[in-house]
Amino acid sequence: MMETLYGFFIAPFADFAFMQRALFGSLMLSLGACPVGVFLMLRRMSLSGDAMAHAILPGAAAGFLFYGLEILPMTIGGLIAGIIVALGAGAVSRFTIQREDASMAAFYLISLAIGVLMVSIRGSSVDLMHVLFGTVLALNNEALTLIGGIVLVTLVSLAIFWRALVAECLDPLFLRSVSRLGSPVHFIFLGLVVLNLVGGFQALGTLLSVGLMILPAAAARFWTMRVEPMCVLAVLIGFASCVAGLLLSYHASLPSGPAIILSAGVVYFASILFGTRGILRARIVHHRHRTA
Amino acid sequence: MTQTCLTFRDLTLGYNSHPAIHHLDGTIRRGSLTAVVGANGSGKSTLMKGIVGVLKPMAGTVVRAPGVRAAYLPQQSELDRSFPARVVDLVSLGLWPRRGLLGRHTREDRAAVSQALMAVGLGGFETRPIDTLSGGQLQRTLFARVLLQDADLILLDEPFNAVDTKTVGDLIALIKRWHGEERTIMVVVHDLELVRQNFPETLLLARQPIAWGETKETLRPENLLRARHFHEAWEENAPWCEPDSHEHGDHAHDHGHDHHHGSGPRAA
Repeated sequence: MMETLYGFFIAPFADFAFMQRALFGSLMLSLGACPVGVFLMLRRMSLSGDAMAHAILPGAAAGFLFYGLEILPMTIGGLIAGIIVALGAGAVSRFTIQREDASMAAFYLISLAIGVLMVSIRGSSVDLMHVLFGTVLALNNEALTLIGGIVLVTLVSLAIFWRALVAECLDPLFLRSVSRLGSPVHFIFLGLVVLNLVGGFQALGTLLSVGLMILPAAAARFWTMRVEPMCVLAVLIGFASCVAGLLLSYHASLPSGPAIILSAGVVYFASILFGTRGILRARIVHHRHRTA
Repeated sequence: MTQTCLTFRDLTLGYNSHPAIHHLDGTIRRGSLTAVVGANGSGKSTLMKGIVGVLKPMAGTVVRAPGVRAAYLPQQSELDRSFPARVVDLVSLGLWPRRGLLGRHTREDRAAVSQALMAVGLGGFETRPIDTLSGGQLQRTLFARVLLQDADLILLDEPFNAVDTKTVGDLIALIKRWHGEERTIMVVVHDLELVRQNFPETLLLARQPIAWGETKETLRPENLLRARHFHEAWEENAPWCEPDSHEHGDHAHDHGHDHHHGSGPRAA
């Protein structure tokens, strides 16, 4: 019995270096991306995260066009494209009457079109698939270092700007009345989103890297009423999804990216049903009430 | 120490090149309690935004006396009530002027938060999620935050909307306490009876000041009638306001006169 359990859960990671790297990389990703996802969700920007993930494509494609399938150029390219789109869309919404959802949609569509165009100039569809879906099982040292750096920057920035970020979500007008940090914090936050998407796209691909950001956060929302526990819970859900996804991918020979995101999806649906603020609780517990 | 808290110099505030406050001149004395009244669209909220700095002037300036910190309770809060926060989290934002971005919230700070909640009659509400508060409770929570900000200049924009009579009484008592502590307070109010009973000074606005000074003088029937003739709508093709064509000299003079008269005896 113990041996079967060992064989199923531990052996894949113990026996194969590529699985260890994949686990290490994806756990680090969760540590940074999940708290960012919580704020993305609380700011009602979940879909902006998705848009941003698409916007990274032309940068990654430019790196690919000039240097082939190399991690560093593609990452830097993605970072530049993401930051241009984030700042551009953010600036349009801050300084004109257009809301962020519209400006973000406009910017990312333009960016995505450029990206697809660039990939099609050089690559075969296999290359395109690689950029879009990533390969968590092929993370090299370079990629792991990059992810580690991104996580460090993310956690330090979140710790420093936590109070401003919460204030900017909770009551932006108040923040503007006591401090000039409102706009800078918004842009710093967008920067963190881009950074984590770029970090994720090695492993999960540009399309799915946003999944590790949003799904754990969305699931955690059903369990708690406060931001701090929500972030911790989102990270834990992210961890669990990575382990489950990698095991699933190993045993069933499935692509790892979708397997990880689908594991998070399962947690999400379970949370909708069974969360303390989920559907079942709301139906059952409310038959009883207190006197005051 | 200067006696002026705020100075308006030829201040014009507005939207899309249409003025909502037109060439306002005058001063707000330190420690004064002023009601700002006027019809819808007369520029009351706009003036508040201009003072706190979230709206930049189209012309002229608002000058705050050095070191004066403002607390602002807007009419339309951009508060996100679905945000997962407790009452204590919301009120603690009021510690920002004292602790800023990184300063640790001490035990005394937490005690101050609880005291502020007690002062607005919400003792024991600390851990309530903000999405379970009633409208009046939320308003009192926001008052507690203003209390905690410990500001020298307090700007309240229609704080009594959708608040029951008892709560209005409580909030007025709080405002009077601030007044007793020599803070400068400006409150946008619609209920003239409330103004007559509780506010020593009043600014009656209709894009320009109709009257400004002692409440009894300001709220005389002829002034109210003049304020009522105020034309709310923008005129799309209104001529451009040239430096010499407006009547601001006139108004400034009027106002200066009234104001000094009105406030002279009270300052003692």
